[in-house]
Amino acid sequence: MARRSTGVTRAASRHNLAPWFFLAPYLALTSVFFLYPFFNSIWLAFHQTNGPRSAVFVGLGNFAFVLRDPMFYTALKNTTIFAIASVCVQLPLSLGLAMLLNTGENRVRNAFRLILFSPHLVGRIFVGVLFAVIFTPRYGLFNRGLQALVGWGLEERWLSNPSLVMPALIIVAMWMYVGFNMIYFLAALQNVDKNLVEAARIDGANRWQVFRNVVLPQIKPVAIFVVVMSTIGSYQLFELPYALLNGFGPKNSGLTIVGYLYQTAFDSGDLGTGAAIGWLLALIIFTISTIQIRLSRVMEE
Amino acid sequence: MNQAHGMLLLLAGVYVTLRFVYPRRPAVASAYLRYVLLGIAAFLILCPFVWLVCSVFKDKNVLMQYSFLPPLREWSAKTLNLDNFRTLFAGENTVQGRVYFWEYIVNSLFLACSATSISLFFASLGGYALAKYKFRGRNAIMAFMVGSMMFPAMLFLAPVYKLIYRFGWMDSYLALLVPGACSVFGMFLFRQAMVGVPDSLIEAARIDGASEFGIYLKVIMPLVRPMTGAYCLITFLGNWNNFIGPQIFIQTQGKLTLPVVLNQYIGVYAQDYGIFLAGTLLAIIPPAVLFFALQKEFVAGLTSGAVKG
Repeated sequence: MARRSTGVTRAASRHNLAPWFFLAPYLALTSVFFLYPFFNSIWLAFHQTNGPRSAVFVGLGNFAFVLRDPMFYTALKNTTIFAIASVCVQLPLSLGLAMLLNTGENRVRNAFRLILFSPHLVGRIFVGVLFAVIFTPRYGLFNRGLQALVGWGLEERWLSNPSLVMPALIIVAMWMYVGFNMIYFLAALQNVDKNLVEAARIDGANRWQVFRNVVLPQIKPVAIFVVVMSTIGSYQLFELPYALLNGFGPKNSGLTIVGYLYQTAFDSGDLGTGAAIGWLLALIIFTISTIQIRLSRVMEE
Repeated sequence: MNQAHGMLLLLAGVYVTLRFVYPRRPAVASAYLRYVLLGIAAFLILCPFVWLVCSVFKDKNVLMQYSFLPPLREWSAKTLNLDNFRTLFAGENTVQGRVYFWEYIVNSLFLACSATSISLFFASLGGYALAKYKFRGRNAIMAFMVGSMMFPAMLFLAPVYKLIYRFGWMDSYLALLVPGACSVFGMFLFRQAMVGVPDSLIEAARIDGASEFGIYLKVIMPLVRPMTGAYCLITFLGNWNNFIGPQIFIQTQGKLTLPVVLNQYIGVYAQDYGIFLAGTLLAIIPPAVLFFALQKEFVAGLTSGAVKG
């Protein structure tokens, strides 16, 4: 009797301890590489540093420096333009492609989905390198294509004319991400209740009415997810312009917030200011995604 | 008027004709239009790939002369050859001695494969604990995990750099493998895949005397095969394409990975595009091969979170 009860206790305790063993790697790694850096980045943001060794307390000095630095505003402007283009140009295009793919044969759908998604397999650095050549004036594929189609653009210097750098970047990002976001929209569209669409058609609703009143409400959760994720991703843009422009472009026309952070923390070795920029970035991302989620709720009512 | 205009005009002409031939069945013309639009999108997406493949085989004298391949009558060893690859693999002299391109490929493969295996193990193990055990603190841990995902990774770049420096991991692969060894996102993916596994299956294994770890390894993991495939692909891609990590932590040229090296090459071979384009082509082959092997799992894994959640 006694033996059996110890057996039960041992089994029960084994059962209770197991999840902690399984979670141990996560808990250990997260304390060292998340919790500690989290508090350390707060500490760093208030210190002036020179490389990883020395630090002097400067209060809000780092934030004051960043907020007075015109480069920060250049970075903020560029990143915001990019985010707006992603949400307002690229996502509608993704949705449009998803709607084109939503009907028709499965085999055709899978083939096109594969093709449209394929650029996402290529790393951002590799995409940047490729398009750096594609945008070459006179000889590049893009300029030749434009010349053939609209008879303009052969000599345009996309990557060395400051006012053309952002459009070029947006085009590259569109090539890379349009199919990726399309996959989410397509999955959502496939889950739309076909009977409701059918019923609306029979009731005489036209295509736009069906889309607006039947399809859109059903794909809304996914659409909000994609908009928020796309915004968050846009604000963290760095590698694509860094490789495309082999730096930050003429007159910093391709400088992004993370690029500015990278340059401050690692090119200049100022980790404290880097941490301050990191917190400003987190604040920006947090504010914008909260506004987006709130707005979508308001629009529902 | 050129070939491009002619092609577009022809496509538009067929649409108009279809509307006239089947005036009572607009579905025919609109199906045609759908395929034309999709075809144009697919063409635009594939163009850079085709151009890349053509470019790497062109001699540097004709690289910029033709958009794609030279016309057939111009084909010869003078226009199409493997010179770009030869130069790429010939090696380069650096401060730290001669370094060969295949070393970067090996480094990248090694790092991506080991990071993927480690991450797969830790994330699935953690995900299992969260999916199938009830214990005090579970909800707190999950809330903490959700919270931790809200902060951009860049926020931690400076403090993690300091930490790596203090650990003496500068210029070591530990700096690239350890910090990201257990992904929160991965744990959630596996939790979601494992939550649906019936408890009776686990109970039965327990009664049969299986250890808790044995249950995870032999009962649960085989059941979540699709998610395993998807997660391996996502993690492999992430590590294969990782740029910032090796860029800031690795200093020895011979230890670098492909993204960092190809980014350097834009500066080095500014006048000789063919060489780094050849490198880029080689760099996108491994993820592409893996993707084609695992694509079904990948799409399922990618969208499961978004649609169900």
